[in-house]
Amino acid sequence: MSIKQRVIEIIAEQAVLDPKDITMDSTLEDLGIDSLGLVESIFAIEESFDIEVPFNANAPTEGEFDISTIASIVAGIEKLMAEQKA
Amino acid sequence: MKRVVITGAGSINALGHTVPETLAAMREGRCGICELDIPDVDRLAIKIGGQVRNYEPEDRFNRQQLALYDRFTQFTLIAAREAIAQSGLKFSGELAARAGVVLGNSGGGMTTLDENYRTVYEDGKNRVHPFVVPKLMNNAAASHVSMEFNLKGPSFTVSTACASSNHAMAQAFQIVHGGASPVMIAGGSESMLCFGGVKAWEGLRVMSKDGCRPFSANRNGMVQGEGAGIFVFEELEHAKKRGAEVLAEVGGFAMSSDAADIVMPSKNGASRAIAGAMRDAKINPSDVGYINAHGTGTAANDKTESAAVADVFGAHADKLMISSTKSMHGHLIGGTGAVELLACIMAVKDGVIAPTIGYEEADPECALDVVPNEARETVVDVALSNAFAFGGLNAVLALKKFKD
Repeated sequence: MSIKQRVIEIIAEQAVLDPKDITMDSTLEDLGIDSLGLVESIFAIEESFDIEVPFNANAPTEGEFDISTIASIVAGIEKLMAEQKA
Repeated sequence: MKRVVITGAGSINALGHTVPETLAAMREGRCGICELDIPDVDRLAIKIGGQVRNYEPEDRFNRQQLALYDRFTQFTLIAAREAIAQSGLKFSGELAARAGVVLGNSGGGMTTLDENYRTVYEDGKNRVHPFVVPKLMNNAAASHVSMEFNLKGPSFTVSTACASSNHAMAQAFQIVHGGASPVMIAGGSESMLCFGGVKAWEGLRVMSKDGCRPFSANRNGMVQGEGAGIFVFEELEHAKKRGAEVLAEVGGFAMSSDAADIVMPSKNGASRAIAGAMRDAKINPSDVGYINAHGTGTAANDKTESAAVADVFGAHADKLMISSTKSMHGHLIGGTGAVELLACIMAVKDGVIAPTIGYEEADPECALDVVPNEARETVVDVALSNAFAFGGLNAVLALKKFKD
């Protein structure tokens, strides 16, 4: 499964939506994911890809990990995997 | 109804092992938060905390006691000894039969749990020490205080996360206020600075890796602390009859529930508790000179709390002082309200306002006088102590300068 597919699966489960309803441009807010849902999604991402995501719930939009869209999350994961598995 | 006064105070926390040491640190704006010294700290992402330093349990307790006292119980007993010694009370006869102890605590014996989980899961052993249960239960501290001081009246432990101590002190106040007992021991304690305790908090992603900066625009989360705060709540006439020194009067309190979210705070729930405490203590908002904030240093708490204070006090919000001493001793979770009550006593008794240290950058969403970085000297007649817990459970206490 590609990173993109797995991320969509994680987010779909969190948002209680069909993966088909999630696009690369979707934002977590569009999908109705709140702050607790976001923390749980980050946890699922870390577990799935065996990476550490720099994320602080006090400043979710200010960290290096861009959570603005599904596309930015996928790009962030690719970068972290390259860095942390190097 | 009886007037309730405080005739003894005790504490051990990251700022000191006694009340005078703690208050001296608060006056100086000293920070007790530093690198954690606990097993497996290298596996933690959060490596700082308000840990009690230079503490050897063996100096305070014998082998038999230590087999039964988790760290939170040890801290509780140390603080209780100081508070009761200051009050000068001895519990016997009818006083012993009526006096009790109500304490706040959230995690119970977390260190005991942590150590024994290691034994069975990590070391693969199939046997644990026989006293694991009596050591880790949340009420162990209250029970040991009752045993050491012969307190045979109403005694129990209150657990409402970060508001536990305030809820506990409110219960003890009510027992004395209503005449059920002339004396109650009240306060709380916590000790979850162990690998499992910090790891659990780490999971929520609300902890700061570098410091607690309440109300500062660059705050990035809370920092855990540990310790205990214990007080003697006494009926005024009882205290006067024996010529006891009064530290402050407990004016009243209020509790509220947000009934909204398991972690996000609510401005409305906080406002109702603050306004309710002033109503209960029969004080006007303009009489309040100082508020010891819940002030956790998280993005959500500090702006919600500031908005609640602005709402309740209107124009007076700009005149009162509000500080978070968590910036110095960390967040003691179930014990935090008890240690923070010391700052309120210092405000009304000594006219010294403990600062919010680590304050670096103004936040327009927290536009109050947060007493940044340096203590202030001024006369305060009424101080409030806020506690707003996870789960939306709030408790606010009102302290008054004692005037006979």
